[in-house]
Amino acid sequence: MIEVKHLNKWYGKHKVIDDINLTVEQGEVVVVIGASGSGKSTLLRCINFLEKPRSGTISIDGREVSAKTKKLHLVRREVGMVFQHFNLFPHMTVMGNVIEGLTQVKGMSRDEATAIGTKMLEKVDMLEKADVYPSMISGGQKQRVAIARALAMNPKIMLFDEPTSALDPELVGDVLLVMKKLAKDGMTMIVVTHEMGFAREVADRIIYMDEGRIVEEGTPEDIYNNPQNERTKEFLSRIL
Amino acid sequence: MSVWDFSIIPDYFTSFLPYAWMTVQVTVFGILVGLGFGFVFGLMRVSKWAALNYPAKFYIWIIRGTPLLLQLLLLYLGFTNIILLDKLPAAALALGIHNGAYIAEILRGAIQGVDRGQREAGISLGMTQAKVMRRIIIPQAFKRAVPPLSNQFIIALKDSSLASAISVPELLLHARQLGSSTFHYMEMLLIAAIYYLIMTTILTFFANRIEKRLRVSEARTV
Repeated sequence: MIEVKHLNKWYGKHKVIDDINLTVEQGEVVVVIGASGSGKSTLLRCINFLEKPRSGTISIDGREVSAKTKKLHLVRREVGMVFQHFNLFPHMTVMGNVIEGLTQVKGMSRDEATAIGTKMLEKVDMLEKADVYPSMISGGQKQRVAIARALAMNPKIMLFDEPTSALDPELVGDVLLVMKKLAKDGMTMIVVTHEMGFAREVADRIIYMDEGRIVEEGTPEDIYNNPQNERTKEFLSRIL
Repeated sequence: MSVWDFSIIPDYFTSFLPYAWMTVQVTVFGILVGLGFGFVFGLMRVSKWAALNYPAKFYIWIIRGTPLLLQLLLLYLGFTNIILLDKLPAAALALGIHNGAYIAEILRGAIQGVDRGQREAGISLGMTQAKVMRRIIIPQAFKRAVPPLSNQFIIALKDSSLASAISVPELLLHARQLGSSTFHYMEMLLIAAIYYLIMTTILTFFANRIEKRLRVSEARTV
């Protein structure tokens, strides 16, 4: 489904992604953990080419893409992204946010798009807020709308960049619930998160990153109960 | 020397009206031209292409680094062997070119002030850079630009008085001419001041209303 090959990314003289190789199968949920600065968010952003990697390729459905590929925006349509700070468009209503990509990128009519938008907002339980502006809803609700906006494009894979880190603790649950539902429905997902409970319950595979490298990967049981790497052990002892 | 006699103010007040109208014309044309220049050069300023960025930088450097009065005289007196501009178009054009540089900077600031997550969200949906600009960034930047823009419009209104230097028949010129013929400079300049205050107050009133209305539809980002 998605295959990352020899990905490298530098910020100046600092190597943030160090020769990462990663394959994610259709329907698989991969959770990426690691200390801040370990490169996990950068990895996600490189997969979407929000950051241009220095080298390496990414294949989506067998189609190989690199930073030099022309028309990267066509590739990004296949990849849904959910941000830590939601990044909803404040000058559009909730529904406006969800259908923006459909009308502007896929060229659908407003009616067609609204029909899909309605379904998506139902999915994240936000349909009743369709006509309000983002400033009127809570952080958790914003994030659910952001998920609906990404889903509306019918992406092949969804990337979540610390989707609950900016939320008040009592709002985290609703967002995680939506994500669990998605996973259950068979969506291919890569999730950067600190929510260890979510990782244990939903992840097919957990990846531990340190200094831009994948240090250890395995099923939740492997990682939690029997970590091999010293760094992983240390990280888990701090976070669990 | 003259003795102040404020009782003559009402007698002369209405004679300023056509000249106030001229001030309005110079200002409105100046602002419209300025918006055109400002929009184009503002977009060039945020471009990552040097071929667009540097000419805009150069224009802003020249305009902000020299006095408006000089720019006005240059356009009206300096370029006579290339184009002969009438007084009014020369004044309006000079005011427009001048304000264009400031408006370009205002728009650049407003565009760059939009949270970069907005751009990323648009791009992640598969939008092209141009579409992100048009649908996501500019509508938000425009709202941010309203307060500094209205401020700039008020400055433009007051700067239109410099057109008197090339004898455009506007408020200040009329005040000075009446002053010299009646020896009541103080009174005539006061009348001009009252006209300017009325016009800037009206402008401020509408600017505030627009700001308030924009705040209703949307408030905070994030």
